Amino acid sequence: MAGTFDFSPDDRCNAFITTCSTAPFTDGPLAGTAVAVKDNISTAGIQTTCGSRILEGYVPPYDAHVVELLRNAGAAIVGKTNMDEFGMGTTTETSAFGPTRNPVDPERVPGGSSGGSAAAVAAGFVPMALGTDTGGSIRCPAAFCGIVGLKPTYGRVSRYGLIAYANSLEQIGPMARTVEDASRLMSVIARYDPRDSTMLDKPYDHGPTADIAGLRIGVPEEYFGEGVDPRVAETVRDAIGVLEGLGAETVPVSIPGMRHALAAYYVICTSEASSNLARFDGVRYGPAVDTRKTWHEAYQDLRQELFGTEVRRRIMLGTFALSAGYAGRYYAKAQVARRNIREDFERAFRDADIIAGPTMPTVAFRLGEKSDPLSMYLSDILTVPANLAGIPAISVPCGRVDGLPVGLQLMGRQFEDERVVDAAFAYEQEVRA
Amino acid sequence: MKTIVGLEIHVQLATATKLFCGCSTDYRDDEPNTHCCPVCLGLPGALPRLNRKAVEYGLRVAKALDMKVPEESEFARKNYFYPDLPKAYQVTQYDKPLAVEGTVEIEDDEGHEKIVRITRVHLEEDPGRLVHVAGGSKYSLVDYNRSGIPLLEIVTEPDMRSPQEARRFLNKLRTILEYLGVFDGDREGSLRVDANISLEGSERVEVKNISSYKGVEKALTFEVTRQKNLLRRGQKVTRETRHFMEGRGITTSARGKEEEHDYRYFPEPDLRPLRVAGWVAEIDLPELPVARKNRFMAQYGISLNHARTLTGDLKLADFYEEVAHVDPALAATWVADTLLGELNYRNMGIAAVPAERFTELLALLRSKTITDAAGVQVLREMLDTCAAGKPCEPPAAIVDREGLARATESEFTEVVEKVIAANPQAVEDYRAGKNGALNYIVGQVMKETRGRADPRELGRIVAESIDTGGV
Ligand SMILES: [Zn+2]
Repeated sequence: MAGTFDFSPDDRCNAFITTCSTAPFTDGPLAGTAVAVKDNISTAGIQTTCGSRILEGYVPPYDAHVVELLRNAGAAIVGKTNMDEFGMGTTTETSAFGPTRNPVDPERVPGGSSGGSAAAVAAGFVPMALGTDTGGSIRCPAAFCGIVGLKPTYGRVSRYGLIAYANSLEQIGPMARTVEDASRLMSVIARYDPRDSTMLDKPYDHGPTADIAGLRIGVPEEYFGEGVDPRVAETVRDAIGVLEGLGAETVPVSIPGMRHALAAYYVICTSEASSNLARFDGVRYGPAVDTRKTWHEAYQDLRQELFGTEVRRRIMLGTFALSAGYAGRYYAKAQVARRNIREDFERAFRDADIIAGPTMPTVAFRLGEKSDPLSMYLSDILTVPANLAGIPAISVPCGRVDGLPVGLQLMGRQFEDERVVDAAFAYEQEVRA
Repeated sequence: MKTIVGLEIHVQLATATKLFCGCSTDYRDDEPNTHCCPVCLGLPGALPRLNRKAVEYGLRVAKALDMKVPEESEFARKNYFYPDLPKAYQVTQYDKPLAVEGTVEIEDDEGHEKIVRITRVHLEEDPGRLVHVAGGSKYSLVDYNRSGIPLLEIVTEPDMRSPQEARRFLNKLRTILEYLGVFDGDREGSLRVDANISLEGSERVEVKNISSYKGVEKALTFEVTRQKNLLRRGQKVTRETRHFMEGRGITTSARGKEEEHDYRYFPEPDLRPLRVAGWVAEIDLPELPVARKNRFMAQYGISLNHARTLTGDLKLADFYEEVAHVDPALAATWVADTLLGELNYRNMGIAAVPAERFTELLALLRSKTITDAAGVQVLREMLDTCAAGKPCEPPAAIVDREGLARATESEFTEVVEKVIAANPQAVEDYRAGKNGALNYIVGQVMKETRGRADPRELGRIVAESIDTGGV
């Protein structure tokens, strides 16, 4: 049943940077299913920009591993979705192609950085999409737009072809309207790829089951503390109550390393980004540099012109954090903090099978609301720990505050993505019934 | 004033594929940018996948140099902008190298054996290459065929005391690498050296960009002279990086540019730490130069000098072993002295010489079918045809064609008599006891017989002829 998928969405929320009006597909488990792909995942023959002017017009000559798998599974790749420039943002407002609006409320942001993928799913343009999650970039927009988003265990999905922002933190993951669809997409993309050396050969082959009797759910106080909107906290506690009603039990756990999570996260991701983005110099990507200038000057001017403010800020931060004389104080310390958080989770997972809390401390912001970078960074506090620890985490819609979606975040042990999917599925089945 | 030299040597490992991708390393005769893929072009999203063979080769070297291989080593990113560096960082090893603390034995300037300590060896990727367009063009081109070729960087302690020692060290290292089968020194640009040199009590200078064995000695000799002259004039040596201009044989200041770099090293997040200490025990080292030298002396009964020369080059040693069966001592002299000299004169490699033909030549010499002098003539003929790319003629055919077979007794008594008759003055001088006179007469006979007579035998016959007053 191979064919082409005609795709012409009424994209009022600016979910897409590129759409493919006729998307070919082949036979397979996803035959004829329209899938949107975040624009930092390489697609042979389809422009891939990372939401940046510096990559405008860049058409990769090769497919990312996940894209290859999607095509082989019969999916129709219908477009590339909007995102914060190089994934650097929590609102999709830093995109060089304009902000994406939240389909639930167009005055609100969809979250980020996979805001375009979340909006495309929430608006009903596609049943599922690929996002990427470096510090919450799948879960945040899933929560804000009221859909499901899974950040897999680090090393479960190949990063080959994912244009790197922070290599040691990020994973590609599924976003969908239902847990079942997210799980289906996960089954397609979580396949071993020897080209990604940080990957383990642990394919995901799982159909979700709603039986969670006896599951021990850890509830960390840190996820309900200062900075978390009490109404969001309340909604999430209710959701955990639903899981208890299904036979799960709750246990108190603690992640004391959370104190340093944001600082560690921002040092690590900006350090890696400063190195990853150095190759965009106007020689091979973007408009040609001015050859009348010396090459250092030409690089400098082009990067100043074509990178957005947030990207330049993070490149500067990361460059500083790695500099001689400072690397010990910043980069090395961040690694220590990261190790502490990983150990906190390991300890917590001795008492609990999964850990539950809100995905985001608040509901979706108004467009332009987070104009100072620090308050935007602070909103990542509940999502970055899972990236630092490399553990799987899912966000599943669990109610509304002020008419805006709230996400329940469920985190699991490394390579126990199946368990968080099952818990999310059990919750979803229960509230839907 | 003591000269202190330390070296950093980059050698291309002779793996079939690149360090982090499957592209072939055999690019030298091909068009630019034809041995490339998303990985070695540094395309966004591509990821490195470590070549196991390159690690094995590195460990082979580590084992041969008696190094320690730490439980865990790690790749790191060295960040800097340069158009030949497609990712704007080089994947290398920084504070956790593949192996540390080794030794290489060389001869010092007095001929005594000495140890040069090896600080560390580590793996890294070669950048691409800038191609400057002739005629002062406004642009340069980049060729990424070389990008990602595995390099092994070998760092020594400052243990060498002269430019000559540095050259001997490099020769020794090259020999070891070739014996290990990890390096092909014949590939253009397969070895690059940075040298640190100082005069005792003065600042250290780093000379970069030396790309040949001879260049190292030249660059260092230039530096010793330059630095001594500075001191003689009461000036100071500045701590700096200098570039070696191969063509002009001089070094020029890089004017502090190199020192300003902050490479912002950090662990490469796309690769896992390397835990390969356990592989070392599995590695079977081939026979190394020192062992082979000792074996040559014991097995073939040849001199230390011959054994050293023959084993100083892997291909030469192999060649010797192929031809030694004819007569080990004769073969040693003819390979180490005669053949090597003729090859150097022609700038030829041993690979061009067919061992089978050389064996035939040795057999002719051993059976005294030809004299040494005639043997040299035959060898020259053989090498000239080889150098011209023609198939090598059998030496017996050359002997026939050129009439080089040893002259018979009757043939040369005739000539002897003729020469004695033609040189009465020399005969007179000989009779008067002038030693040189006999040699002169023998030389004349040799000339007449075109080397087909044996000089020692001739001397006896000439002396007898005169003494018996035959003339
Ligand atoms: Zn390649």
